[in-house]
Amino acid sequence: MNDWQYRLAEHRGALTAVAVFVVMFIIYTANHPAGLTANVIQTAANKGVLLAFVAMAQTMVVITAGIDLSVGMIFLLTNCLASWLVVGSPLETTFGIVVVLAVGALCGAINGAIVIYGRLQPIVATIATGAIYFGLALLLRPFPGGSVNEGLADALTGRIFGIVPASLVALAAVVVLIWVPFSRSVYGRAAYAAGSSETAAYMSGMPIRRGKLLAYTLSGLVAALGGLFLTFFTYTGDAAFASGNAYTLFSIAAVVLGGVSLFGGKGSAIGAVFGALAFRTIGDLLFVFDLDPLWQPLFQGLILLAAISLGALALFRVRNRLEWFL
Amino acid sequence: MTRANGRKPNFLRKLDPAVVTAFGCILLLLVLGSFYSRSFLSPEYLLQQLKVASFLGIIATGMMLVILLGQIDLSVPWAVATGAMMACAAAAYGPVGTALAIPFGILCGIGIGLVNGVGVAYLRIPSMIVTLATNAVAQGVMVVYTGGFSPQDSATAAMRYLSTGALIPGIPNVVFIWALVGTVMVFLLRRTGFGRAVYGIGNRERAAYLSGINTRRIVMIAFAASGGLSAFGGVLLAGYASKASQSMGDAYLLPAIAAVVLGGTSILGGRGSYLGTVAGVILITLLQSILSVTQMPEAGRQIIYGVVIILMLLLYGRAPASR
Repeated sequence: MNDWQYRLAEHRGALTAVAVFVVMFIIYTANHPAGLTANVIQTAANKGVLLAFVAMAQTMVVITAGIDLSVGMIFLLTNCLASWLVVGSPLETTFGIVVVLAVGALCGAINGAIVIYGRLQPIVATIATGAIYFGLALLLRPFPGGSVNEGLADALTGRIFGIVPASLVALAAVVVLIWVPFSRSVYGRAAYAAGSSETAAYMSGMPIRRGKLLAYTLSGLVAALGGLFLTFFTYTGDAAFASGNAYTLFSIAAVVLGGVSLFGGKGSAIGAVFGALAFRTIGDLLFVFDLDPLWQPLFQGLILLAAISLGALALFRVRNRLEWFL
Repeated sequence: MTRANGRKPNFLRKLDPAVVTAFGCILLLLVLGSFYSRSFLSPEYLLQQLKVASFLGIIATGMMLVILLGQIDLSVPWAVATGAMMACAAAAYGPVGTALAIPFGILCGIGIGLVNGVGVAYLRIPSMIVTLATNAVAQGVMVVYTGGFSPQDSATAAMRYLSTGALIPGIPNVVFIWALVGTVMVFLLRRTGFGRAVYGIGNRERAAYLSGINTRRIVMIAFAASGGLSAFGGVLLAGYASKASQSMGDAYLLPAIAAVVLGGTSILGGRGSYLGTVAGVILITLLQSILSVTQMPEAGRQIIYGVVIILMLLLYGRAPASR
């Protein structure tokens, strides 16, 4: 196999997600009453970026063959925390942002420590920590409220040079500054290897424990970035259980649409980001076609069901029935 | 005599440490509760708890069947709500509808479970995603059907009787229903080929397939049963509250998983006993009840709930040290 063929095969999932997103977005803008204007793009970007951050956080855990069911709750917790701290003078605001991000990373690290050193299954461990994080969020904001540094919020949710949505730039910056170095580092490779086959990775002497811990920690950090942006968009903190739950579930859907294997070791956060953007665009498609918003959950569910059923096409390539049971 | 002596240690040896720990924690919770108030040990309170636990118990039974296979069912919330709403909706169609309300609700749940089962068993999609998607579709259908509000139809008299009535004075009917469901489940798991196949698939699906088990059919049946039991739980809950509501199932997904896992069933499948699930269900119900009786705010309840689950799992739910 040629080098480029190999690379194409490796990134097929992510490229499919990009293609799906582009097609959806073209249909969306072509039918939008306002057409392709900077405003339309900005609104779409601001909606999609939140899920993109959470999906990126989910990806980091999923590549280690884990799952993070608390990611939506970390998102809520950091949102509530930011609504207290990210206010006031530039110095105070900076301090607040640092604390919010540190708390997110700490939440991720706690998940990682329980899974790696406590040897609990990620799915049950993160259900429990999710309850704890939601409790803390509720402690911070029993009722929706709070405020945020509005100057900073408007700058980060507005447009740069009147065209490019600032939130998209921030998302790209996070991908370049966090995901790319991580996935290329020794620890990132170890996280992938651990997801692919933990025994083999251990035998090859890779630092799998530290790699996995770093993956969980960065996952918390990225979820906190999502929480920060939620605060910038809404100007408030709100510990809404349904919203946290929805973000967790949607992040799994986005990760799957983005070509990341839930069995671990395969896929990239870039694919998940486009998966998230595509998932959000699906929801918006109903709006431009003037359908009753009541149909939105059903439409989203059916698209999701159809998308994952496409994964079953791989069954046609199976030659030996034992390959069913991987 | 000697035979009895010889059997007793054997019986003790068979007891799962997880189940013993879970029952120990139940006793501990009751003792702690009785320090707070005498009424924690009164028969009325205990029966009331058993009644509340029954709804979770019926739902957790289906969840356990799926977890024993090494899968998970995340479609519980809307399977519960669909069962409840469809049963109430059927009640609006005259006497025939009223008579068929309960079976119709359960049938809708089985339908959701069948979609899950086909996706997992035949299309080989990870259960976490399929059940997530069917949950979203079920929610979508129900939102369209109800227009986004709680439906106006109310539960039938039969549903109300099943969940609030008492055939034998003092003991609620729903406890009997849970006992019945539990007995059938124990019989299936212990005495039938189906049960053995479930454990076999949970341990190693490939080996089960090679030994001649129709693994795909077993997996599909298990998911259908889980969907049906969730919907049945929903039907009973609708009878309890005398109507269905939008988010009635949300509070049952995580407790059901937690109850099964706290009862010593391995989340990876293939290991676990129904007695453990019973212990887990009672434990979760007692914990929630004690936290609400002591007027702990919701935030504190959630935190304690999470911490207790983590601590208990660290006590006995750890994976063996690898290598």
